[in-house]
Amino acid sequence: MEWEVVIGLETHTQLQTKTKIFSGASTAFGSEPNTQACVVSLALPGVLPVLNREAVKCAIKFGLAVNAEIAPRSVFARKNYFYPDLPKGYQISQYELPVVGKGSMTIQVGAGDKAYEKVINITRAHLEEDAGKSVHGAQEGMSGIDLNRAGTPLLEIVTEPDMRSAAEAVAYAKKLHDLVQWIGICDGNMQEGSFRCDVNVSVRPKGTEKLGTRREIKNLNSFKFMQQAIEYETNWQIETLEDGGTIQQATVLFNPDTGETRAMRSKEEANDYRYFPDPDLLPLAISEADISTVKAEMPELPEAMKARFEAEYGLAHYDANALTSSRATADYFVATVNAGSDAKLAANWVMGSVSAKLNAEDKEISASPITPSDLASLIKRIQDGTISNNAAKQVFEAMWAGEGNADSIIESKGLKQVSDSGAIEAIVDEVIAANDTMVEEFKAGKEKAFNALVGQAMKASKGKANPAQVNEILKKKLGA
Amino acid sequence: MSLNSADIKRIAHLARIEVSDTEAEATLTKLTGILGLIEQMQAVDTKGIVPMSHSQDVTQRLRDDVVTETNQRELFQSIAPAVEGGLYLVPKVIE
Repeated sequence: MEWEVVIGLETHTQLQTKTKIFSGASTAFGSEPNTQACVVSLALPGVLPVLNREAVKCAIKFGLAVNAEIAPRSVFARKNYFYPDLPKGYQISQYELPVVGKGSMTIQVGAGDKAYEKVINITRAHLEEDAGKSVHGAQEGMSGIDLNRAGTPLLEIVTEPDMRSAAEAVAYAKKLHDLVQWIGICDGNMQEGSFRCDVNVSVRPKGTEKLGTRREIKNLNSFKFMQQAIEYETNWQIETLEDGGTIQQATVLFNPDTGETRAMRSKEEANDYRYFPDPDLLPLAISEADISTVKAEMPELPEAMKARFEAEYGLAHYDANALTSSRATADYFVATVNAGSDAKLAANWVMGSVSAKLNAEDKEISASPITPSDLASLIKRIQDGTISNNAAKQVFEAMWAGEGNADSIIESKGLKQVSDSGAIEAIVDEVIAANDTMVEEFKAGKEKAFNALVGQAMKASKGKANPAQVNEILKKKLGA
Repeated sequence: MSLNSADIKRIAHLARIEVSDTEAEATLTKLTGILGLIEQMQAVDTKGIVPMSHSQDVTQRLRDDVVTETNQRELFQSIAPAVEGGLYLVPKVIE
């Protein structure tokens, strides 16, 4: 039987605020344990939560970025469960009335001829607080609790079960990861847990409508692990069903060492959270004016920028897509163009040499040793014919290594293209004189011989002659 | 909807409240009474009425994103039963 996998994602994005969602304690990462755990984080009796304006703004930004409905009135609810890193005995979250409603995002899957686009529907996004951290092994038989993270604002973004392969799920997660950083609501740091994905996976016979029983893979914090975990889980479910077994709804964990998923010990009645509206918090009202204010502060979104790159600069769809994959890349490209570079050449250099170098050295584009204006000054020398494309590559390498600016490197390495027609004519004359056979062959109608002669002339000029001029002069001399 | 004493035990367990069998019986009677009242109220037509999430018709005030809390770990931990290296110690939690 042919099977179809159905995947939905829940992503916890940590919002980039200075303070916690319901208190004025700092959210800085990596501080000494419990030094950022105030009375609210500790849930001491009598304390009350007060909502952080900035966290609400982040939620509105996200809603605008995915064309979602932003609720004029949303409600905070208590999600009740007992765990030592949650001292209140409940997590403040949103349940029936989330701040962000239905929206959508377009993802690009695959590369080359097989690449395709797909719309992923967002069910909702809601504000909630993070829990603290348990540290094991501090003392025999005991667990240590650090409540610095307790109360950190999260936006949980939930999709419809719209993805049909691990590749689609990863493409969505990457796109979301890019987007939340683009609009500046999350730093995207997956090692520090700022962006964590739970993936719901189920399988069903291809062509059927009814969803299979799902298992939820918890807390994936790398795209590579996500791909591996989904592939393993999908195969496991298909094999189980083909062997006549059934799938039990469960929460599973991925073990990166074995590449396997395994069910967590099922906590009895774990899913009975008994949500109810939190009486400590009033409904959150968001007016049209609030939304307009945030809208005015929003950066140009990747989709809009992509369309602009295609229309304004004549870039191909694929190139425009690649350049808008992150805001840093897009900013770099735009700065290069604004510094006077031809847009198509800038696109080729940014996606080619620059990105290859960054990949090889595992650097972010913001850390590129070649600034956009450096790159523009190099491209301008290609545009005005000072250097050939090949020489430009050498100049680029030297600039990357910090040997100076484009002009000084062209000068010191003697890479300037010879465009003086007198000098080129002299070279061409020598080449014609020294290569009788080729000249004869060409005159006899062998086109290839012409290219060979151009090659000889280029070689004689040590690669510095302007190839277009060599072509032209050679043609004239041979009477072609 | 009718409850039995097993339901009472389950609800008590979820809330981490210890109830004896006698207490469970008494609670069963009380809760059944409350559910009966709710059943009576179900007769009221509530179509088009937005469920109430707070008794007052006011909305949430927002706080500026400014750090106002200082580190008072020593003070807070002075009342904790067990601490080590700045961590609160609790009986071991298994995943």
